[in-house]
Amino acid sequence: MRFTFDGRPMTGEPGDTLAAALLRNGVRVVGRSVDLGRPRGIFAAGPEEPNALVRVGADPILAATTVELHDGLEARSLRGKGRVDLDAVDERRCDKGYLHCDVLVVGGGPAGLAATLAAGRSGARVILVDDQPRLGGDLLNSRLLLDGAPALDWVAGLDLPARVLTRTTAAGYYDHNYVLAVERRARGERLWHIRARRVVLATGAHERSVAFPGNDRPGVMLAASARAYANRYGVRAGRRAVVFACADSGYEAAEDLTAAGVDVLAVVDPRPSGLPADVEVLAGQVVTGTTADAEGVLTGVRAGARHFDADLLAVAGGWNPAVHLFSQSGGRTRFDEELAAFVPGTSAQAERPAGACRGLYGTREAIADGYAAGAEAAGRTVPGLRVPECGERPLRRPAALWLVERTPGSEPAFADLHRDVTVADLARATGTGMRSVEHVKRYTTAGTGADQGKTSGAVVVGVMSALLGAAPGQVGTTTFRPPYTPVSFATLAGRDRGALSDPVRTTALHDAHVARGAVFEDVGQWKRPWYFPRDGEDMEAAVRRECHAARTAVAAMDASTLGKIDIRGADAGEFLDRVYTNMYSTLAVGACRYGVMCGADGMVFDDGTTTRLADDHYLTTTTTGNAAAVFDWLEEWRQTEWPDLDVSFTSVTDHWATVAVAGPRARQVIAAVAPEAVELAFMRYASVPVLGVPGRVFRISFSGELAYEVNVPWRYGRALWEAVLELGAVPYGTETMHVLRAEKGFAIVGQETDGTVTPQDLGMGWIVSARKPDFVGKRSHARPDTARQDRKRLVGLLADDPAALVEEGAQLTAAGVAPMLGHVTSSYHSAALGRTFSLAMARNVSPGDRLTAVSGNVAHPVTVVEPVFYDPDNTRRDGDPLVESPAPYAGECRSESPAAAFAARFEAASTPRAHLREVPFEPMWEVRGTDPGAGLRLGPDWWLVTGDVPPRPGWVDVSGQRTVLELAGPAAHDVLITGCPIDLDPSVFPGHAQTLLAKTSVILERVSPETYRIYVRSSFARYLAEWLIDALEAL
Amino acid sequence: MLLIDCPSCGPRDENEFHYGGQAGIACPTGDMTDERWAEYVFMRDNPKGWFHERWFHVHGCRTWFTVERHTVTHEIRKPR
Amino acid sequence: MTHPDFLWRNPDPKPAYDVVIVGGGGHGLATAYYLAKNHGLTNVAVLERGWLAGGNMARNTTIIRSNYLWDESAAIYEHSLKLWEGLSDELDYDLQFSQRGVLNLAHNLGDVREGRRRVNANRLNGVDAEWLDADEVKKFCPIINVSDRARYPVMGATLQRRGGIAKHDHVAWALARQADAYGVDLIQGCEVTGFEITGGRVTAVETSRGRIAAGKVALAAAGHTSVLAERAGIRLPLQSHPLQALVSELLEPVLDCVVMSNAVHVYVSQAHKGELVMGAGIDAYNSYGQRGGVHVIEAQMAAALELFPIFSRARVLRTWAGIVDVSPDASPIIGPTPVDGLYINAGWGTGGFKATPGSGWVYAHTLAHERPHPLAEPFALDRFTTGALIDEHGAAAVAH
Repeated sequence: MRFTFDGRPMTGEPGDTLAAALLRNGVRVVGRSVDLGRPRGIFAAGPEEPNALVRVGADPILAATTVELHDGLEARSLRGKGRVDLDAVDERRCDKGYLHCDVLVVGGGPAGLAATLAAGRSGARVILVDDQPRLGGDLLNSRLLLDGAPALDWVAGLDLPARVLTRTTAAGYYDHNYVLAVERRARGERLWHIRARRVVLATGAHERSVAFPGNDRPGVMLAASARAYANRYGVRAGRRAVVFACADSGYEAAEDLTAAGVDVLAVVDPRPSGLPADVEVLAGQVVTGTTADAEGVLTGVRAGARHFDADLLAVAGGWNPAVHLFSQSGGRTRFDEELAAFVPGTSAQAERPAGACRGLYGTREAIADGYAAGAEAAGRTVPGLRVPECGERPLRRPAALWLVERTPGSEPAFADLHRDVTVADLARATGTGMRSVEHVKRYTTAGTGADQGKTSGAVVVGVMSALLGAAPGQVGTTTFRPPYTPVSFATLAGRDRGALSDPVRTTALHDAHVARGAVFEDVGQWKRPWYFPRDGEDMEAAVRRECHAARTAVAAMDASTLGKIDIRGADAGEFLDRVYTNMYSTLAVGACRYGVMCGADGMVFDDGTTTRLADDHYLTTTTTGNAAAVFDWLEEWRQTEWPDLDVSFTSVTDHWATVAVAGPRARQVIAAVAPEAVELAFMRYASVPVLGVPGRVFRISFSGELAYEVNVPWRYGRALWEAVLELGAVPYGTETMHVLRAEKGFAIVGQETDGTVTPQDLGMGWIVSARKPDFVGKRSHARPDTARQDRKRLVGLLADDPAALVEEGAQLTAAGVAPMLGHVTSSYHSAALGRTFSLAMARNVSPGDRLTAVSGNVAHPVTVVEPVFYDPDNTRRDGDPLVESPAPYAGECRSESPAAAFAARFEAASTPRAHLREVPFEPMWEVRGTDPGAGLRLGPDWWLVTGDVPPRPGWVDVSGQRTVLELAGPAAHDVLITGCPIDLDPSVFPGHAQTLLAKTSVILERVSPETYRIYVRSSFARYLAEWLIDALEAL
Repeated sequence: MLLIDCPSCGPRDENEFHYGGQAGIACPTGDMTDERWAEYVFMRDNPKGWFHERWFHVHGCRTWFTVERHTVTHEIRKPR
Repeated sequence: MTHPDFLWRNPDPKPAYDVVIVGGGGHGLATAYYLAKNHGLTNVAVLERGWLAGGNMARNTTIIRSNYLWDESAAIYEHSLKLWEGLSDELDYDLQFSQRGVLNLAHNLGDVREGRRRVNANRLNGVDAEWLDADEVKKFCPIINVSDRARYPVMGATLQRRGGIAKHDHVAWALARQADAYGVDLIQGCEVTGFEITGGRVTAVETSRGRIAAGKVALAAAGHTSVLAERAGIRLPLQSHPLQALVSELLEPVLDCVVMSNAVHVYVSQAHKGELVMGAGIDAYNSYGQRGGVHVIEAQMAAALELFPIFSRARVLRTWAGIVDVSPDASPIIGPTPVDGLYINAGWGTGGFKATPGSGWVYAHTLAHERPHPLAEPFALDRFTTGALIDEHGAAAVAH
């Protein structure tokens, strides 16, 4: 394999890490340290690497020990900091996945493999994750024989009854046994979210170094890492080596280095006696320093009086169990004196460490421990689990050596290699009065480097315990935080990028708007037409034209996004009386009434019109932005405060497409599309055919003109819109809607209000019923600050210059300086008035007062007026009479399903493995109360009935509220688990469920083992369709 | 990601729910002082320990229920 | 950067002090410092149950600004910002205070309206503020994605040039060092477990290191305020939530200002050392666990990449969380409590770091004079009874 390092061409072997390949090519200096600029080489063989931080392609900074070599790889050295490539385009496609299991085993070394066997054979659902390309853990790095054969033969011979994820690093352990694991794939990482009943942590242990003078030179390396390079990669990290063996693993490293052809000169062992070895053993000695050449690369090792010419110093400082995930899970570690290491103590969750990660470093004991852990996790022991034989020596107690004292003039002794923190730095920290390891970490930055404390943590604690004269257990460790290894931003974002970063909600009319060249605005997640420019008009011209049409002829708007809630029950009127400020129980059947809703704090929360369809049946509308919040609010009050009230709520926001037809000639259009509604009185409603299909017409006006809100089921929405426009209505968008209502002085929630405004502040004291004993928020209106007379109120403003548009957000003052009296909330050019006008919230002002509106550097003189600018006596409300009865609209009322526009793309993206289609239309009802005996149960006393079933009283028609997408094939499940968090395993999935898919609520139904039906809100159908197509394209 | 046990749907990830804060606070009716009203609207327990709280399964069965959760360990149990 | 050789003593608590400050975070230490410096009160103890400034002061994302909407808020945060401007010199400690500018992005018409409203209010209140359109945003911060093909395109931003960042630990240690030098006792590992209240007046605190008599007791315990208040029989409108934050690995300089977005839920800056520092909103539930759900981080990362696609290969190195005491109007609660001699300074929620010097200043004044500093008056506990809330949910940016 060919690669380059700092532009120098090199070659490596398949299976190499970049670090192994660099060593193979004799590269000793890989970068410079971040603060001191000292040359640094490769220190370790895994993610605990603190030195060999390099840029790889567009990756700003990576440990070379974690990078799998590939052909064409380009790497560059760094000085401790990564470099973001401003021009790189990230072509990776990162994805997510949601898995559930009975037992999650983290780590595929001896203990983890054993646990997987034991748990899996007992019948539990098991997932095994391991961060290497192959299983085996430390067995990959050793020459150990099991049952007389290479250890990897034992591994290869295991039949693991589990889902095995290799190249997958468990990065975070969260509440309730939720583990995040990053799987590395060439095309982009996959972020697995695993919910496990029980977890076995078999995460192994990291070797640690010792803080002796000159311990950072290129050539100084962890002993087990040097051994790994020799055994696993066939790379000699040096030619002449000294081994610093504070633990017996140093001797194993010495043997393996010798077997690889390295000349091992000596083993230096601080303990009183050494082990038998083929090389000289200096017992009771420590490494006291190193020497280097002109480039700072290791040339020699000093141990007291002795000096060795060596280019490799392999340090076996002892072992730190990898307790990071254990600690993240909430478990408490404790310091084990025998092992001189922090080990897992009390578990906080349903989790158990096994093997080296709990201090059992021998292979046989790790395997035995793994079997026990797996059995315990699965809740069953199975027979036939055998521990293979091997010739390991029992391990002696390691030397609890953290630092070697410096002599004056000797090289610094490093505690944290990445952050360039020396023992002297740590001493200085404790000298300030700092006693906590957390303080010292922050003062020196030790432990905050790329290795996230894996090599530095224990050394820091050890050094501090020496400095403070306290036991390491008293000093404690810093808290381990996710992620265990660095995780890229793109990996965490997954496919929630660009257009998929948040759902786009669209109405049934959306494609018609696009075709008509509408300019859209974002209202929450919705795309709403802002204005419809014609012939290169700018916004001002378009809005002027649209307004003119609405006030002189007829215009139409897509009002589908407003929330619509169907409310039924004997106590529906009583309930509405309690949540609105006004009365609804007295509303006549067939009448509409505008209402305002407050929070408990008395501030305006939402508004809309509510219509009484029958004695026990109302339809409430909400603002677009608050639809979901109001729907939840109603449910909260009913369930938690008034469970005795007989009332239920069903969202029909997507079921009904709504076209608002406004203007003096609106009657002409209504006569053609809904002739039975032509005689409707103001604020009345009729359930009548619209274009021949069952519809609803409400005579409600937000503009002050004659206006109707025409509703048809979603699938006929586009046909209705096209018909209305064909009949001469001019399409208008939200900007025109805003202008028209502002001319009439109608406040908009979220524009005139900001959560601090009461109905009385808006001049709507009339809507606050004096008759009702109570309603939500009423008591707050009586509080001193809420009842005072000098609060800001809704006013109108006219600028002295009729052409000057005072900016929304301008602050109102008496003379251009503080104090501020209020601010401008709405401001427009008015076609009808032939000038600009504004609405504002201001205190202590009256009509006629002169103010200055300040916006940036501009100050407009304005006059306060009543907040109604157009037709204050509402004379235009009834519009023009019908000139002649037009013929009913003869065009087709075509039906179009929510995902109809995706049919071709669904087909193109489908394969035999996963096929996606929209299911043809079927009627649907939501039922509350009595079990219908059919359909899907959605919750307590709540069902969805689908099909040609005759509806019973109380059933709510929701045929347009959702559409159904069908995903079928052997890979359907794999597609779903990229975005559905629940357990779909047949053993637990009850056949259907309401849950999330990607970022939208769905009903998920498994109709057959390989066929799923996804019921999605029609307004989210476009988003989910794009998401599913994107998922299919990645399969 | 907390795992919340919905009485109707079973255990689900916390992002299927809306959090409702302290449980058991009924809206007072009738005459009362501004202090009593403020007590209801704003004052809440905020324990470091077991907390009786409400959850709403917004992306599921849309029912409100309560649990007891320890605000340090996040252990959850059925309310007593 | 070289830290001082000596920071603080580790004294045993005395039997009594004139003022006992409960909570050794940024605000508690600032209060002690200003009590000594401005009011000559040095018979003061700061009691910290853990290690000094190990709570939210060690966990925040270090953003400093004063561009809040309401007059009352702007006044106290601007007072704090003015103190920041002289603080490194005054404390003789490099706080790495960098006034590199804070952008609050607008992504829809409502954001634009609210942003302009806040800019205009700021300017009239003497707080520096500008409105930038999308092109100007791109000029100010070239690496932001202002493409109109983004899901929520940037439509503009407010800019406070005097806003920026500082190094939180340095601030804490600088305040602690000065307070200690004045003779204030900083007592660590000392948890207040109860209050001695006689005849409606607090006379002592009970702690894990014994009883300490106190002339006045000042709570400055952020997320733990309710726990303490409950022991004094006081009920508060605070709820403690996790607020998560994270850093990337060290990177060479690439972002030279602070960027915040409500709609695309994230805020980012790059620290002196090189790491990207990021945060977003609170986790929904009450918690003292100093950790939150990873889905909040995932959403934050997706938001970050919408604004900064070039960060796609940057890596998250470490995530953590603080415990933020959130009040119903996203504004603090400062002043006396129903218990005589017991004072509260809390409810700073997700925005306490920027207020560190200002909060300490007004709290010290309040304690010394036994009545609220004028800037603190609007933030009295009784505003929840009168209804005079100061609703800063919008200006508190993402985290509310």
